[in-house]
Amino acid sequence: MILTLVGVSHGTLDSTKNRAKAVGADIMVRPTGTSVISSLSGAPMSEKYLPLLMQQPHVTAVTGVVVQSLQFPDSVFGIDFAAFNKMSGGFQYLKGRDPVNDDDMIVDEDYAQKNHLHVGSRVKLIAHDWNISGIMEDGKAARVAVKLGKLQEIEGTPGHLTMIYVKLDDSGLADDVANQLKAALHDDQIYSINALMDAYSINNVGMLKDFIDVVIAVAMIVGFIVVFMAMYTAVLERTREIGIIKAVGGGSGLVLSILLRETVMLAVGGTLVGIALTYVAQWAMKQFEPGSLVQETVYAWWPIAGVIAVVGALLGAVVPGMKAVKQDVTEALSYE
Amino acid sequence: MSESATAEAMVGAIGGEPIIQVRGLTKVYRVGDVEVPALRGVDLDIVRGEFVAIVGASGSGKSTLFHILGGLTAPTAGSVVIDGKSLGAMSNAERTELRKTTVGFVFQKYNLLPTLTAEDNIKIVEYIGGRSTTFSAEFEEVLRLLGIKDRMKHKPRALSGGQQQRVAIARGIVNKPAILLADEPTGNLDSENSAAVLKLMKDLNERTGQTILMITHDPEAAAYASRAVHIRDGRIA
Repeated sequence: MILTLVGVSHGTLDSTKNRAKAVGADIMVRPTGTSVISSLSGAPMSEKYLPLLMQQPHVTAVTGVVVQSLQFPDSVFGIDFAAFNKMSGGFQYLKGRDPVNDDDMIVDEDYAQKNHLHVGSRVKLIAHDWNISGIMEDGKAARVAVKLGKLQEIEGTPGHLTMIYVKLDDSGLADDVANQLKAALHDDQIYSINALMDAYSINNVGMLKDFIDVVIAVAMIVGFIVVFMAMYTAVLERTREIGIIKAVGGGSGLVLSILLRETVMLAVGGTLVGIALTYVAQWAMKQFEPGSLVQETVYAWWPIAGVIAVVGALLGAVVPGMKAVKQDVTEALSYE
Repeated sequence: MSESATAEAMVGAIGGEPIIQVRGLTKVYRVGDVEVPALRGVDLDIVRGEFVAIVGASGSGKSTLFHILGGLTAPTAGSVVIDGKSLGAMSNAERTELRKTTVGFVFQKYNLLPTLTAEDNIKIVEYIGGRSTTFSAEFEEVLRLLGIKDRMKHKPRALSGGQQQRVAIARGIVNKPAILLADEPTGNLDSENSAAVLKLMKDLNERTGQTILMITHDPEAAAYASRAVHIRDGRIA
C-alpha cells in the first residue's frame, strides 16, 4: 500500500512532466498569476504574444495552445498542428491522422482504450460532438487534442492562448534566454523547460508535497498497524506452541530468538510480496484505468517500506512473545 | 503408618535410591480471592527404573503433581528432589534446565508442534538439549519399536492419535532423560491405540530401564505399570 501510494504520487507528476518535455520546446510561457505546477485552463494570453516572442534573440519557433480541463486528470489541448508539428516532430499515430476538419479530435492510446474510442468514433466533449480522426502514442503534450481555432471558438476566446511553447536555436541557452525574456517582456511566468522539469519534482511543490506526505504518513501508520496486529495475532495464536517449546526445555531466549527470526523472515518476505504487488497494481491501473493515474516504481522507497514492515512486525511479535514466555508453562499449554 | 513412612516402606520394598523424592508437597491455587488447595502434603518416592502409575479421579491433584514434578510449575510448600536436584530452590531458568536434561514429557493432547514433521518435532528437542540432531542407531531402534520409523516425514495432522502419541513418547525420551512423565497418555486414544501405547511404555521400561511416572484415571492403564499409587483429594491414598 505504501509503495503503491508513493508510486502513484511520483508517477502522476512525472507523467505530466514527461508529456510537457516531449513537445520539444526549450521555453514555456504561462499566464501571469499561475503557479508553475497548477493545472491550466482558460485562455488569458493574447496571440499577439507569438510574433513578439518570435522577434526575440535565439527564438526559432513558437506555438500557442489552449487547454480546457476535462474530468480529472484529463484535459483537451487546442493545437496549431502545423506549428506544433514543426516544433515537436508531430504526433506518432497508431491509427488515423492529424485533424483536418474543425470537428476532428485526436486522442492518445490510453484515453482511447479507457473510453473505447476508435478512428471514426463520435464523442461528445465540452458540449460539442467530435469525430476521432487519429489515435496517437501516449506521452506528448496532451491526451486529447483538437484544432486550436475550434477550441478557441467553443471557449469564446478567439485570439487567446493558455500557454506558449518556444523553441530556441540552442537548447543550452534556455535558462539564459528565459531570464532575458522575463526581463524584456516583464513577464515572470517564462520558464526554461529544464527549470519547469525541476519544478515538477514533488519536493518543489509545497501543497502537493504536504498532501503526499500526509497520504504517505497515513499509509505508513495503517501499514504499521496492519503488520503489528497481524503478527500480534499470529504470535498470540502460537502461545500453546511456545508453551510446548518451554515444556521441553526451551528457555525464554531461545523462544524469543525463534520468534524474532521467523518474524524478520516473514516481514522481509512480506515486503518482497508487497513489491511484487506494486507491479500487479501498475498492470491493473494500465489495464483497467488507462490514462488516469500513473504508478511509478520508486526504488528508494523499497528499503523504507521494508524497515516499516520489519519494525512493525517485530514490535507486534515481541509483545505477545514476551507475554507468552513469561506465562506459566501449564497456562501456555492450555491455551486454545 | 504415616504417608512418609509408607513411601519409605515402598522404596525399601523395591530397593535402590529414589530418583524422585517428594515430602510434604502442597500446592494452593488462587482463584480470585479463593484459595483452592490441589495438593495437601504429598509424600512419594520413585526408584530409578520403576514404572509407576499415579491413579486418581478428576480433581484429585494428579495433574498438579505431574506439573510440579516436571518443573512446569512451582510448589507452594514441601520438598521435591528429582535425580538429586531440589526443585524448591530452583529458579525458572534452573527448572527449564531440569526439563531440558532430566525430565521428558508425554502429554494427553500430544502437544506436537503442528508446523514441524514428526522427525523435526523430535529433533528440536535434541537441539534444545544441545545434542546432535542425527538419530543414533539405538534411537532408530526405539523408533522401530514404537512403530513410527516410516512416519517421520509426516506432520502431526497426517498422523493418527496413536501415532502422534508414539511420536510424543519418542520426543520424550530422545535426550535420555532420567524420568519420563506421562500425563494421561491414553486419554485421547481409543482402546486399541491405548493398549498399544501402554504396551510400548511398558516395553520401554523393561528394555531400557527408563523410569516412567504415568498419571492416569484409568485402572486398566495403571495395570500396565509395575506399581500404582492412588491419589485422592490432594493426598496419597
